[in-house]
Amino acid sequence: MRKLFCTAVLMATVALILGGAASATEFPFAKLQKGKSLVDAGDCVACHTQDKSKPFAGGRPIPTPFGIIYSANITPDRDTGIGAWSADDFYRAMHEGIGPHGERLYPAFPYPYFTKMPREDVDAIFAYLSTLKPVQNKTPRKELTWPLDHRDLLAGWDWLFFEPGEFKPDPNKSAEWNRGAYLVEGPGHCGACHTAKNVFGADKKSETLQGANIQDWTAPKLVGDDRNGLGRWNTDDIAEYLKTGRNRFSGATGLMAEVVVNSTSKMSDSDLKAIATYLKSVPSDKEEAESSPTKSAMNAGKAIYADSCAACHQAGGEGVARMFPPLKGDAVAQQADPSTVIRVILEGAMTAGTQKQPTPSAMPAFDWKLKDDQVAAVATYVRNAWGNKASAVSAEDVAKMRKKLAAGKASPETVGTGAKLEPQEQQ
Amino acid sequence: MAKKLPSVDVVLVGFGWTAAILGQELTDAGLNVVAIERGNWRDTSTDFAVTFAQDELRYYFRHALFEETARETLTFRNSGGQTALPMRKLGSFLPGTGVGGAGIHWNGMTWRFLPTDFQARSHNTQRYGAAAIPDTMTIQDWGVTYDELEPHYDKFEYLCGIGGKAGNLKGQIQDGGNPFEGPRQRDYPNPPLEMVYGPTVFAEAAKSLGYHPFPGPAANMSRPYTNPLGVTLGPCTYCGFCEKYGCGNYSKSSPQTTVIPVLMRKDNFELRTECEVLKVNRDSTGKRATGVTYVDIEGREFEQPAEIVILCAYILHNAHLLMVSGIGTPYEPKTGQGTLGKNYAYQITSSVNAFFDDKIFNPYIGAGSLGMVVDNFNGDNFDHGGKGFIGGGYIACWNTGARPIETHPTPKGTPKWGAKWKKAVAENYLKTVTIATHGAVMSHRGNYLDLDPTYRNIYGQPLMRMTFDFTDNELKMSQFLTERTAEIAKAMKPREIKENARKGHYSIVPYQTTHNTGGTIMGTDPKSSVVNRYLQHWDVSNLFVMGAGAFPQNPGYNPTGTVGALTYWAADAIRKQYMKNPGPLVQA
Repeated sequence: MRKLFCTAVLMATVALILGGAASATEFPFAKLQKGKSLVDAGDCVACHTQDKSKPFAGGRPIPTPFGIIYSANITPDRDTGIGAWSADDFYRAMHEGIGPHGERLYPAFPYPYFTKMPREDVDAIFAYLSTLKPVQNKTPRKELTWPLDHRDLLAGWDWLFFEPGEFKPDPNKSAEWNRGAYLVEGPGHCGACHTAKNVFGADKKSETLQGANIQDWTAPKLVGDDRNGLGRWNTDDIAEYLKTGRNRFSGATGLMAEVVVNSTSKMSDSDLKAIATYLKSVPSDKEEAESSPTKSAMNAGKAIYADSCAACHQAGGEGVARMFPPLKGDAVAQQADPSTVIRVILEGAMTAGTQKQPTPSAMPAFDWKLKDDQVAAVATYVRNAWGNKASAVSAEDVAKMRKKLAAGKASPETVGTGAKLEPQEQQ
Repeated sequence: MAKKLPSVDVVLVGFGWTAAILGQELTDAGLNVVAIERGNWRDTSTDFAVTFAQDELRYYFRHALFEETARETLTFRNSGGQTALPMRKLGSFLPGTGVGGAGIHWNGMTWRFLPTDFQARSHNTQRYGAAAIPDTMTIQDWGVTYDELEPHYDKFEYLCGIGGKAGNLKGQIQDGGNPFEGPRQRDYPNPPLEMVYGPTVFAEAAKSLGYHPFPGPAANMSRPYTNPLGVTLGPCTYCGFCEKYGCGNYSKSSPQTTVIPVLMRKDNFELRTECEVLKVNRDSTGKRATGVTYVDIEGREFEQPAEIVILCAYILHNAHLLMVSGIGTPYEPKTGQGTLGKNYAYQITSSVNAFFDDKIFNPYIGAGSLGMVVDNFNGDNFDHGGKGFIGGGYIACWNTGARPIETHPTPKGTPKWGAKWKKAVAENYLKTVTIATHGAVMSHRGNYLDLDPTYRNIYGQPLMRMTFDFTDNELKMSQFLTERTAEIAKAMKPREIKENARKGHYSIVPYQTTHNTGGTIMGTDPKSSVVNRYLQHWDVSNLFVMGAGAFPQNPGYNPTGTVGALTYWAADAIRKQYMKNPGPLVQA
């Protein structure tokens, strides 16, 4: 009996090994390479990694206005990852937002974007993910408040806000434009951050890529406004920014630094040019700034700027291209929502180091050095000096942000360093 | 019992300038490299942010960036008959610790030595006769020439983005540069810094006396610069906090601002911080290094085997590590036999203050290497006939920042404290120019390094013992330089001047310069040097020793440019010769 049992185990093992070998041969190199490039374009690693030594093993808390959702383990571990999934299961998750047991997935997983991807692309991603090292990692349960913890409710959400369907190329546009549109609207899911959400957390279709606030950062508008959009950036500027994290106007910090390091810096030059071509074509209504900074705030801001900011950003706000972002004419500084400006002054920021731009230039934190009204004054100043125009920032705005940041502060050692914003590159 | 780790191709001991350069060069050549640094990780944004970098009390007076004497120090005496005592507080020089080493807190003066500096013995003998070099002066030729180092000087200057004005382009003397320098193949990568008032007045006076003033070569960026590795530095703000400080603006070349961002991205490079190397291990023949033993911050011991061991720590530590590892023959001053610890040398400095009534200099506008220099009395740029000394130094008016706690020049006769002192400081701070001399120190039979018989470090190893004093050669030379400096100062037409000459015995207490040299000197013969012309140990061919310890004597310039050039020179030899055919690169 014992012997028979051992034989059975042995046979099962052999079957597994053979089965594994057989399935591996189903994935030719070109398909895996395509899958890898789509996984890079989709920046899957960003949300699906908590422990950097275990990429794609999930567990990263994703804060939403409704509570915390933890990302899934998408390594091919059979128990805790997607190792037991079929290609059909995977396609259904990506295309319809429905898991292998028929459960509805929360739209923090951006299936409303991934639905644009054709089956062939989704299969390539699945093929690539199947080659990763399986990591056993049971991710924490979601922390949502009632009634949002009931997945059934999502059927209603999907009915209201979700349109499944693959990307349809526009025959009147160039192949490059269509490629860019597909990448932005599909795997790149740019709108997940850069499009404002309604009260149910769904994209406001009428405000596509017009900028939004996400995790207390301003995701700036990606449309062609000269003042606070991409109007002054040409396609080369956009491609350079996505490839290197810097260009003559700006440097990626915060969440976008992670996106550049994990995703866009790994994309091909032609795909980045395609994205740039598409973004330059997105229509935009010119947004008039409401601005009425007081003279005293501007005077105080100017003095603080001279003492604390001009050493890097230069007296006239012209900065140093690709090193210290210019503030004169800067789109991020002039967003209607001042969150990023306030936040960066308070806790500092660090640009991403990339292969092409290895210097991780950083700005130190000023939270311990400047009071709320001083931060407000200097923020107001940079939003309205040198021809810039944007609403004034109040001390109350600063106090609110300070409180939020204090609540999330990791440890005293990181105070005054900006170090906690340092994006780590995945190897 | 040390835990034995998997072997690597190269282990670098210490992680300052030389290790960063070697790490970059040798990983480029495909080798797996591990660097072991006793101090901690440091970077611009986390450790030297502009919001707190300019703190005199913390950094200068409380030594935040320097070696901790409670862990490691040295003992000192002026001469062999005395008993050396331990330095419990750093004084005359300030070795660094931590990632970047002293490359963090240097001023950035980045010189090339003169072609004749590399032939100190043969050149001076030829020009002045054998009698010009006393028997007790143990100077020697380097075994490498200026022409051989020229491309490597160039590489270091372009890595760092040095700002300056060439004085000799391919043999053509250039107006406004140093006419005495060796020929360079191309100009500096950046123009000189914007000149301020004090050095400008100094340069006019020097010119009126027939000298050739030129802007000092500076590792403080005169404009934004992206180096050949793709690393970008920002323009200097002239804040005046370089020497003894880290730069918060990415404006001063350091390993952090030029190499480390690229090096740390590489898969075949690893840095271990807060780990101190205690010993270089060898096999039973004693001719081959097998790796190093180090101890981590928790006191655990590890053995790191490696195919090549390169010592990249400060000169005192490289020499010390060889001594405690028993590698090489210790120098014995009585007999002149042995090489390890031989020819320790330093530099000799002096200054002249010029006090004005009618000029405001705003001396707080500064940068580490911002100033004008006269090189007419350096090296062998002038006839030493009948002077009774060889060597020389430069005369410079630097505006390094006149930081307020440190800088309060007062005229002769001012009390040292009290209301009159305060009044004199207030009256003179803005109206004083200081002119400095920076002189060579030749090597002498009685100046050397060995192990102290009494005092030990926290690991129980004997401390390094330094035996050093100025000799007649240096004191005469410094007096000569100080007199020339006073003449220039007078030509600036001040109200009065004050000469601060260097006289008598060397004192290790007041700060002078962190330009210690020798102890692991290079040369053409294993009887008189520790390493060969490629900085390869004569006895152990897979062991290399970097740094200013290789200088057989100390010329009249700041050493970092030559340290950088020698490192690139050695890296080139390892890549092009040693890797193809491991073994001695020079036959003894």
